[in-house]
Amino acid sequence: MLHRTIENGTALTPDLFVEQVSVSAGKTRIVQDLSFHAKAGEVLAIIGPSGSGKTTLMKAMTGDMPYSGAITLAGLEVSGLSPEVLAAMRGVLPQASQISFPLNVAEVVGLGVTGGRRDRHFRARRIAEALAQVGLAGFEGRSYQDLSGGEQQRVQLARVLCQVWEPLPQEGLPHWLFLDEPVSSLDIKHQVQIMQLAADYAKRGGGVVAVMHDLNLTAAFADRVLVMQGGRRLAFGVRDEVMQAGLLSKAYDFPLEILTRTGGGRPVIVPVDNG
Amino acid sequence: MALMSETALAGRSGRLSSLLGLADLKHGDRAPLARAVIVLLAAFTCLVVLGSLAIGPISIPVLELLPHVPSYIVGAGEQVPDGVSARDWIVLMDIRLPRVTLGALIGAALAVSGAVMQGLFRNPLADPGIVGVSAGAGLGAAAFIVLGNSLLAPVMALLGIYAVPLAAFGGGLATTLLLYRIGTRGGITSVATLLLAGIALGALTGAITGLLVYVADDQELRDLQFWGLGSLAGSNWQKVASAAPIILAMLVCVPFLARGLNALTLGEAAASHIGIKVQRLKNLSILLVAAATGACVAVSGGIGFVGIVVPHLLRLTIGPDHRYMLPAAALLGACLLIAADTLARTLVAPAEMPIGIITAFAGAPFFLWILLRKRGLTGL
Repeated sequence: MLHRTIENGTALTPDLFVEQVSVSAGKTRIVQDLSFHAKAGEVLAIIGPSGSGKTTLMKAMTGDMPYSGAITLAGLEVSGLSPEVLAAMRGVLPQASQISFPLNVAEVVGLGVTGGRRDRHFRARRIAEALAQVGLAGFEGRSYQDLSGGEQQRVQLARVLCQVWEPLPQEGLPHWLFLDEPVSSLDIKHQVQIMQLAADYAKRGGGVVAVMHDLNLTAAFADRVLVMQGGRRLAFGVRDEVMQAGLLSKAYDFPLEILTRTGGGRPVIVPVDNG
Repeated sequence: MALMSETALAGRSGRLSSLLGLADLKHGDRAPLARAVIVLLAAFTCLVVLGSLAIGPISIPVLELLPHVPSYIVGAGEQVPDGVSARDWIVLMDIRLPRVTLGALIGAALAVSGAVMQGLFRNPLADPGIVGVSAGAGLGAAAFIVLGNSLLAPVMALLGIYAVPLAAFGGGLATTLLLYRIGTRGGITSVATLLLAGIALGALTGAITGLLVYVADDQELRDLQFWGLGSLAGSNWQKVASAAPIILAMLVCVPFLARGLNALTLGEAAASHIGIKVQRLKNLSILLVAAATGACVAVSGGIGFVGIVVPHLLRLTIGPDHRYMLPAAALLGACLLIAADTLARTLVAPAEMPIGIITAFAGAPFFLWILLRKRGLTGL
């Protein structure tokens, strides 16, 4: 149903395709010749050590950095789309967000509200719903700058959610969430809540691409995993194929082991204990 | 009894707060409050305008005179209307009305320029006066005042009364572009660099203006002197005519920037992510600020601090939402400048003080206060 055909016969796919993409900053190549794809309806996690090019790849996919190769969202080349068109297709959660003026929480979230821009009640309701989703119900009147880092991050997520509210609009293509380390500044409860929210967004038909640091959260919530090392793709595949001790140890250049729990819970990834 | 009066009080303040939209504040919606403040400011501006027209070395009955103004203008104004003192009429039409009109335009333009520039640079201390844009505009204007009869005479002949405003605009634009170039690396504007570069550029343009003093004659010298401090003295309809089109055009365009400037609060990348064409926003903002600053400097010299004080006061009361802050800034800026000008021409009457002295006296301590408050939180 999601696959429609446009006039010239090209298949219009809702998915994200990254083909032989390289990204440079100055003379340094940060991402090299990288290919993978992400499906709407799934959470794709991008993992790898610091400096492996995850955030740079993210910036290329969100249209913030020029790249060579092809990045297509719903069949359209990202570099050729205007900010308005891109904004209608995907939301982006940055790593950390400083704001320059003392907006309150409702005003920050309201910046993301699309549609019904003039309808006060629609806006207020949407803002309240989004805040409730990230566990900040009733925070509307609070000053953004007085919140903790974790609360600020969740307010930003609420803003992004407002922008792409329907994961799979009734007419049209699925929306995408690009999340750059969405849970790094959160405590464990909110880490799980936010990842749950992302997984739920995917389950309802949207696409989620998240740069992740936490391997256990990745193992718990990702459907597919891209492992990067030195700007290249080290591995790409469904979660259980990729999240293997040998592969991860190689990626992070550090011995890791996977502990299986009695009772059949999800395995846990930990550094090898030499003691 | 005490309880009853408290309830009565609560009822009254409840009605007042719902009138002002304070009830919405709990839900984080400051829009009704902002609208109420804008209405109050508009009313207050009318009062200040009337007061300023009436007050001076000669008190004139403004309310009796004003009804004659529209028909006088329509009738191309050859003679004093019947039943009106000729002296009062001349004071109103030739001295005070052009001066108050110019004051309103310039106050609005300075305040809005400050607000736009602060939104663009994402810093409450950015202001055309502080970062050297006014100095650049002053140089452009000074060049035409001094060289208009010699070196630049052909240009002067071509542009007429618009030569000096256009030169000021060119100077302001060049300075703004240069500043933006220097202060921005990789899409991020460093405000510390910006302020320092502004000081350096200000000194440089000041030095060049100083050189012009050597080739200026007496009248030109007096004209030049007035750039330094800023003044609305010598306002006439010709000056209004030369500045009004640029300033009004800017005030009409600026509301279209509001959504973009709001988004820019999140940073340039995030603003682009929610659909703002950031580069276009920046270009348009710079153009409008340079144009308006140029027009202001050309007719009134360097009046400082309005662009910092007004937006800051408004952010404290109605919040930083540019959709409301920009119109409110135009009104409050007009109000403050007319009030300051009324002081400037009455405090030491019959002599007159440059208005720049008054705005600096009020504004400079305010600037320091913002700086100290900010340093405690985030540093520069």
